[in-house]
Amino acid sequence: MAITREEVLHVARLARLSLPETEVERLREQLSAILDYVKQLDQLDTRGVVPTSHAIEMGTPFRDDVVEPFGDREALLANAPDRQNDCFRVPRIIED
Amino acid sequence: MEFEAVIGLEVHAQLSTRSKIFCACSTAFGAAPNGNTCPVCTGMPGVLPVLNRKAVEFTIRTALATSCTVQRRSVFARKNYFYPDLPKAYQISQYELPVALGGHVDIEVDGGTKRVGITRIHMEEDAGKLVHEGEFADAQASLADLNRCSVPLMEIVSEPDMRTPEEGGAYLRRLHDILVYLGVCDGNMEEGSFRCDANVSVRPVGQEAFGTRAELKNMNSFRNVEKALEYEIRRQVERIEDGEKVVQETRLWDANAGVTVSMRRKEEAHDYRYFPDPDLLPLIVDDSWIEELRATIPEMPAEKIARLGRQYGIPSYDAGILASSRALADFFEVSAAIYAGNPKTTANECIHWKDAVIAGTLSPETIAHAVEDRERGTISATASKKLVELVLSTGKPFRALRDEQGLTQVSDTSALDLLVDKILAASPKEVDGYRAGKAGLLSFFVGQVMKESRGKANPKMVQEVLKRKLG
Repeated sequence: MAITREEVLHVARLARLSLPETEVERLREQLSAILDYVKQLDQLDTRGVVPTSHAIEMGTPFRDDVVEPFGDREALLANAPDRQNDCFRVPRIIED
Repeated sequence: MEFEAVIGLEVHAQLSTRSKIFCACSTAFGAAPNGNTCPVCTGMPGVLPVLNRKAVEFTIRTALATSCTVQRRSVFARKNYFYPDLPKAYQISQYELPVALGGHVDIEVDGGTKRVGITRIHMEEDAGKLVHEGEFADAQASLADLNRCSVPLMEIVSEPDMRTPEEGGAYLRRLHDILVYLGVCDGNMEEGSFRCDANVSVRPVGQEAFGTRAELKNMNSFRNVEKALEYEIRRQVERIEDGEKVVQETRLWDANAGVTVSMRRKEEAHDYRYFPDPDLLPLIVDDSWIEELRATIPEMPAEKIARLGRQYGIPSYDAGILASSRALADFFEVSAAIYAGNPKTTANECIHWKDAVIAGTLSPETIAHAVEDRERGTISATASKKLVELVLSTGKPFRALRDEQGLTQVSDTSALDLLVDKILAASPKEVDGYRAGKAGLLSFFVGQVMKESRGKANPKMVQEVLKRKLG
């Protein structure tokens, strides 16, 4: 199942990846190969099988609605490349 | 050519839980920047979300109150996009399998009832807040406060069933009332607890196919939603009449200018690549849980309006005002139970003192006593108003203040007889004038009697006594 060069560039843009020209064709081949591999599943008769979103058969566990403050804002901000006072400082977003 | 609009609304309501949807951080408004954050809601590596049971219960109660079918199994999905207010680079939402489907809300328009369908209700987490550094035009950076990240939201999507801005406004107000009645959302639009986006298109009357729609955002009041819809409908009709096409796009409402403005976003920005979140197992809801929650649903606004009208014989307009707040309606019913006089008078009083009632500064006894004393003629309408104001400012009981201030009216006939006799004896010329046909002099006598009683005489009864004695 061949995917196109445009599809590779589109997916790369969505993932905010810049691809050198040499990688576009290599990734196009690799992604096509992966899709072909997965396509083998089409040979199975899956009529009546519920789509499997998760491998284990149980419902999600819950937590009670109780507040427990984490209490270490510094530890969170320490991971940021840039900060100003108690905020994460990020490049200005320009809508395009 | 005649056009009609087709309107569908999406409401994002913040669920009134204490903690966030997937972690134990507080949801309190107005905390210090990033004061309500933890490794889970800031998207640190290796953390796992755990679902807040209360958020699920609030969503199911909303689904039941809007006649939706609660799904026994729903799935959380990742909505992927990059934006600095979203540290995980995906929002946990629900996509193909939401928690509730197919309900409706009834609204009152043009004296009739109209049913607006609800397509779906799903749960999701909110994103953070960005503050721009310096002046917007030359800002170099933005500052991210992630306190709102993972605050629980439910999105309620309507069918495109509304045809006018008024219907859109009526639907929103009704939905707002339902959520506040249920206690699942505080309904505060200024703080963003209740937000609305609108999908709107126009088509020639009689045509079945929908026109191209625009999505409107940034309307933070009921009135603004109505104004934005009015503007956008007119804009689309004018474009079509000018032979141009309506473009599918997102438009922002500018409340100051009173116009909608195109956001000009690239279409691919909407390629969200949803997929089931592997970190969260499916949400399973069984029948007994649903029934348990169904038992907690209070009387809804529409039912309450109908019942108040039926039970107390008050006009539906009054019932509508009373039912606009569950607290006000309850207050009215307690007042009417303490003194079962004319419920219309009690309703008027409750509506007049609405703000104080909702703020919790008045007791039902105060209103019941005010109505009772007035109906029995013990106090005048003016005195009643003054006394309720005094109750509010001093906190003392109504009747204690009434006696303390000497505001009781003289309605005792023998006492009034004495007063009237005294005035008539002192004004022989006027008495002759009245008997000779100057009917206007009656108000002169009433005035004199009231003056003599220092305002305490019941004016209605004074008139009766005067007419009897002069007649």
